[in-house]
Amino acid sequence: MAKTPVQFRLNGADKAVFVDGGENLLNALRRGIGDMSVKFGCGQGTCGVCTVLIDGEPRLACLTLAETCGGRGIETALGLAEGPNLHPLQEAFMEHFAAQCGFCTSGMLMAAKALLDRDPSPTREDVAEAISGNICRCTGYEPIINAILDAASKRGRQPTSGEQGRARI
Amino acid sequence: MAKHRGRGMASINYPIGMNLGGDPSQALVHSNPEGKFTVTLSAIDLGQGMKQVTRQIAAETLGVPISDVYVDTADSDTGPHDMGSFASRGTHRVGNAVMVAAKEARGVMMEAAAEELEVNAADLETDGRGNIHVKGAPLRAISVKDVAIAAQFRQGKTIAGRGIFLIPLSEVNAETGEMSPVSCYAHACLVADLEVDDETGEVTMLKMTSAYELGRAINPKMVEQQLVGGAWMGMSHALYETPEPYYPDIAHGPRDYNEYVMPGPGDICPHDIAVLERPAPDGPFGGKGPGEMCANPVLPAVANAIFNAVGVRIDELPITPEKVLRAIKAQGGARPQGAPAGRG
Amino acid sequence: MLEFRKEYFKDERDDHLNEVGQPRQRQDMLGHVTGRTRYFDDHAFEGLLHLKVLRSPHPHARLRSIDVSAAERSAGVKRVILAADVPVNKNTLLSLIGFGKDDEPLLAVDKVRYKGEPIVAVVAESEAAAYAALAKIRVNCEPLPAVLDVEEAIKPGAPVVNETYPANTFEYHEKYNHQKLRFGDVERAFASADFVLEERYQMSPIEHAPTETNGSIAAPETNDRFVVHTCTQALFFSLGTAAKLLDLPSNRLHFIGGTVGGGFGGKVDSLTEPLSILGAMLTGRPVRYVLGREEEMLYGCPRGAERHYIKDGVMRDGRVVARKVTSYFDAGAYTRLSSYGAVKCIAHLPGPYTIPNVHGDCYCVFTNRTPATAMRGFGITGVDFALEVQMDKLAHKVGMDPMEFRILNAYRDGDMKAHRREAHNCALIECVQVAAEKAGWPIRDEFRRMNSLTGGGGERAGIPATATDEVGRIGTGRPASTTPPRAPAMPIPSTPRVPQPVVAQPRMAPAPRPVMPTPPPPPPTAPLPREQTKPVAPGPQHGATRFSSVFGTRRR
Repeated sequence: MAKTPVQFRLNGADKAVFVDGGENLLNALRRGIGDMSVKFGCGQGTCGVCTVLIDGEPRLACLTLAETCGGRGIETALGLAEGPNLHPLQEAFMEHFAAQCGFCTSGMLMAAKALLDRDPSPTREDVAEAISGNICRCTGYEPIINAILDAASKRGRQPTSGEQGRARI
Repeated sequence: MAKHRGRGMASINYPIGMNLGGDPSQALVHSNPEGKFTVTLSAIDLGQGMKQVTRQIAAETLGVPISDVYVDTADSDTGPHDMGSFASRGTHRVGNAVMVAAKEARGVMMEAAAEELEVNAADLETDGRGNIHVKGAPLRAISVKDVAIAAQFRQGKTIAGRGIFLIPLSEVNAETGEMSPVSCYAHACLVADLEVDDETGEVTMLKMTSAYELGRAINPKMVEQQLVGGAWMGMSHALYETPEPYYPDIAHGPRDYNEYVMPGPGDICPHDIAVLERPAPDGPFGGKGPGEMCANPVLPAVANAIFNAVGVRIDELPITPEKVLRAIKAQGGARPQGAPAGRG
Repeated sequence: MLEFRKEYFKDERDDHLNEVGQPRQRQDMLGHVTGRTRYFDDHAFEGLLHLKVLRSPHPHARLRSIDVSAAERSAGVKRVILAADVPVNKNTLLSLIGFGKDDEPLLAVDKVRYKGEPIVAVVAESEAAAYAALAKIRVNCEPLPAVLDVEEAIKPGAPVVNETYPANTFEYHEKYNHQKLRFGDVERAFASADFVLEERYQMSPIEHAPTETNGSIAAPETNDRFVVHTCTQALFFSLGTAAKLLDLPSNRLHFIGGTVGGGFGGKVDSLTEPLSILGAMLTGRPVRYVLGREEEMLYGCPRGAERHYIKDGVMRDGRVVARKVTSYFDAGAYTRLSSYGAVKCIAHLPGPYTIPNVHGDCYCVFTNRTPATAMRGFGITGVDFALEVQMDKLAHKVGMDPMEFRILNAYRDGDMKAHRREAHNCALIECVQVAAEKAGWPIRDEFRRMNSLTGGGGERAGIPATATDEVGRIGTGRPASTTPPRAPAMPIPSTPRVPQPVVAQPRMAPAPRPVMPTPPPPPPTAPLPREQTKPVAPGPQHGATRFSSVFGTRRR
C-alpha cells in the first residue's frame, strides 16, 4: 500500500512521518513518531484519552486523519514542560494528587490547557464543561477540577528555574 | 411536579485480603553501594498507589528518608512472587512482606554500623534523615551512606533482606460454612443527600458525608484519592452503569462510553469524609486497605435516600430514571418520607 | 474534604511515625503528568504484528464447520490460529490454586457458550488487515436454545451451558451445588419474631470500563523465551495461566507489567496474553493483541450479576434475630472467579451485625452470557446493597432511626460471627456515630455512648446449636427455583456432634480461646495469630490444605 508523507510541527519541532491511507493521527504519533503520551482508549471518540491540541484546538487524535495534519502545529503532553520546568497545570495536578493510574492524564492536561489558553479565569462550571469529554475512572474528577482552577489562579507567575519547577517529594 | 430531597445511609464492613487466605506476597530489599534502597516486587500498581505505599512502609521500617527508597515493579525475572493486586490485599499483604524484608536489611545495616562505631547494634538508632547514631548520644554517628560503603567494601556484608507474608489457607466446612475469611476488616458509614425529580425520575446527588475506618492511613493524600474516587464509582454503580440494561436479556448492550453511562465532572457532588484508624493487629503499622470498600456504602445509601425522598423502593441496580419514574407512577405519586431520623 | 478523627482508638496507635502517615508525593506522579509513565502498549517493536479474534455472534451454538481459507490468503495475514493450535485448550483460572475443574477453551472447539466467545484468531501486519481477514472467515453454526436467567438455569430441563457442570451450578466440596452457612436455627427464630420481612434484590452486571483496554504484546526474546508486556493485575497469575495453556515451562515466559491504566478487577482473567504469546510462537515475531472498546465493553468480563433473597426476623425493639439469605451469582458461561466470589459472599453474611441465627446459601450459576469476573468489592458489593437496603426497611418497619438501628445490631469485639470466628478490631459503631455527627443526623445519647469495645462477648460469644441439612447434594437433581424448600433439620449421619434440631437452649458458653496477642507488627514466616475459636459442635472436617480437596476435583 502506498504511503503518504505528512509533515507537521510537534511540540515545536518539525516532524515528518509516512502514513497509510486512512491512518489516524493517534497511530501516526505513537507508532510513526514514538510519542507514547497520546493513548488509545476507544478509537471512537468517546473517552478523550487521545486529546491533543491542533493549532491550539483540542482534538481527538483517534478520529483525526493523519493526512489532514500537514503543516499544522500539534501539541501533546510531552511538550507541556519547558525544559525541566513543569507547566503550571502539571504542577497543580501533582499538588492536588489529580492522577491515580495516570492513563487519562495526558489527554486531560491537553483539554485543560486548551481551556486556560482561551479563558484564563474559568469558573468551576467552565472547567467541568471543558473536561466533560475526558473520562476518568479513578479520581472522581474532584481533584482534577481543583487542580485546573488552582493552575488558573496561579497563571502568570513565572516558574523560576530549578526547585519550583521540579516535583517535590 | 417537584424535586424532592432525600437522605439515606448505609454502614458496611469489608474483608481485607483474599478470602480464606493462602495468598502469599514476597518482597526483596537491598541497598546500593551508597545506602540508597530499592524495594523489588512483582506487585502491580493499578493507580491505587502500590509503589508509593510500599515505599513509605519500607522507608519507615528501614529508618531512612523516603528519598532514599524507590520501588521497582513488576518484572517476573527480578520480582519475587506476589499473588496479585485485588481483594484489597496490597497494603496488607505486600506491605507486610516489605516490612519483613526491610527489617532484615535494617538488621544488617545496624550490625555494620555497630562494627564501624564499635558498639552493640542494640545501642543504635536511625534518625530517619540518613544517619545512625548511639541512643542518647547523637554526635556518635555515622551516615547510612558510609555504613553501606563499609559493609560492602570492607566488612563483606550485604545490606539486603527478603520477606514473605502468608496467611495460611483456611478450610471451609461444607455443612456450616465455618471458615476464617480474613484476619481484619475495614468499616464505613455513608450518608447520601440527593434530589429526585418526580417528573423525570432523575436523581441528582447533592452531597455525601462519610466515615471510613481503615486501620492506618499509610499516606493520607492517597487515602483521600481512594475514598473520593471510590465513592464516585459507587454513585456510578448505583445510578448509571450496566452492560445489560435489560438484564437478564443481553440485548442493547452498550458498546462505548456514549452508551455506557457514568457521571461526568458536571454530575459530581461534594463529599465530606472522616477517617478513623483502628490498627489491624496484623496489618503493616496496622494498615488495612480502602481500595474496594470505598464504593460499597454508596449504593444502598442512595437507594435508601431515594425512598426517603419519594417513598419508592428500587431493589434492582442500577437505579435508572426509568425505574424511579415507573415506581412513582405505580405508587400514584411521590410520597416524601420526611426526616429519616427519629421515630416515623 | 477529608479530616482525620485521631481521637478514636488513639490508645491502639503510635502516631509518631516518620514516613508512614505522611502525605508524601507519589513515586509515579511525575511520570503521569509528563506523559512518561509507561503502560504495556508503550513499547515499540520492529515487525510488530496485530492479532484480532473472530467472536461468536450467538449466545449458544454448535460449531459445525470453520472455513478460514479465504482469511489465510487475505492481504497482510501471517497466521490464522484455530483451536487445534492451542497446546492445552481447556483451563479454569483458579486451577493455579487447585480450585475447580477446567471448563473453558482459549478458542472454541465444537460449541460456543456466550455471544462474543473467541473462535479464531488472525495475526496480520495491521489491525485493518486482521479485521479484513476476519470478515472472510465462514463459520457454520447451529444456534441452540440459550438460558440467561439464573433461576431458569437451575431448573430441570434448562439448556446445559457448560458440560463440565451439567446442572449449571458449580460444585462445592464435591458434595453440594452451593456453599452453605448455618448458624443457629432461623426457622425457629422466624416463628417467634415480631416481624418477618422477605425481599428480593438484583444487581445487573457492571463493566470495569477502564480507560486502558485489556491487552498485551508478546515478543520472542533471546534464549528462546518470550517477553510479554501486559496490563495484568496479577503478574505470576497471568504467567502461570499462559504457561499452562501453551504447555510452556514457566521460566520461558518473561512478564513485564506493573503500571496499569485502571484495573478494578477486570485485568486478572488474562484475556489476551495466551493468544499474543501463541501468535509470537507461531510467527516468530512480536504480536500485539489489544481489545477494542466494544470488545472490552461487551466481551471483556464484567462484574457478575447477583440476585439475593433476604428473609429477616426482627423484634419490636429493633433486634434482628434471624437472617436467611439465598444468593445466586451469575457466572456467565465459564467459572473464572465466580466460584470463589460465592464463598466470599457467604463469608460476609450477615453483614457487620451480631445476629443469633443465620442461614445462607450461595449458588454459582452458569448462563449463556459473557463470563463474569471480579470487580472492586467482589462478592460483597451486591450483597451489601441488598443487606443495607434491607436494614433500612427493617428500621422503617419497627419505627426506629436507621442510624440507631445499625448501632443496636452492630457487632462488637468478642461477638461470635456466623462463620464461627470471634469478632475483633470492630469499628462499625464509631463509623456510624461519626458519619451521623458530620451529617447533622441526630441520634439519641444512649446510642452515642455505645462503642465497639464494650457490650460484646459474653452471651454473644457462643456458637448456638445449629440446624444443618443436606439439601442440594450433587447428583440429586437440580434444586427448585426461587426460594429453596425449607431445610428439614437433620442430624449429620455418622459424626459425633450435638444432635439437631434445636430445642429451647441457652447459647453455649464458649470453649477457652487463645488470647489475641497485642502485637507490634508481624513476624516473618510463621502463620499469624488470627481470629480463632474452638467450635463447640465441630462439623465434618476436610483434612486437606489445598482448595482442590475442599472444593472440587483435583485437577488432572
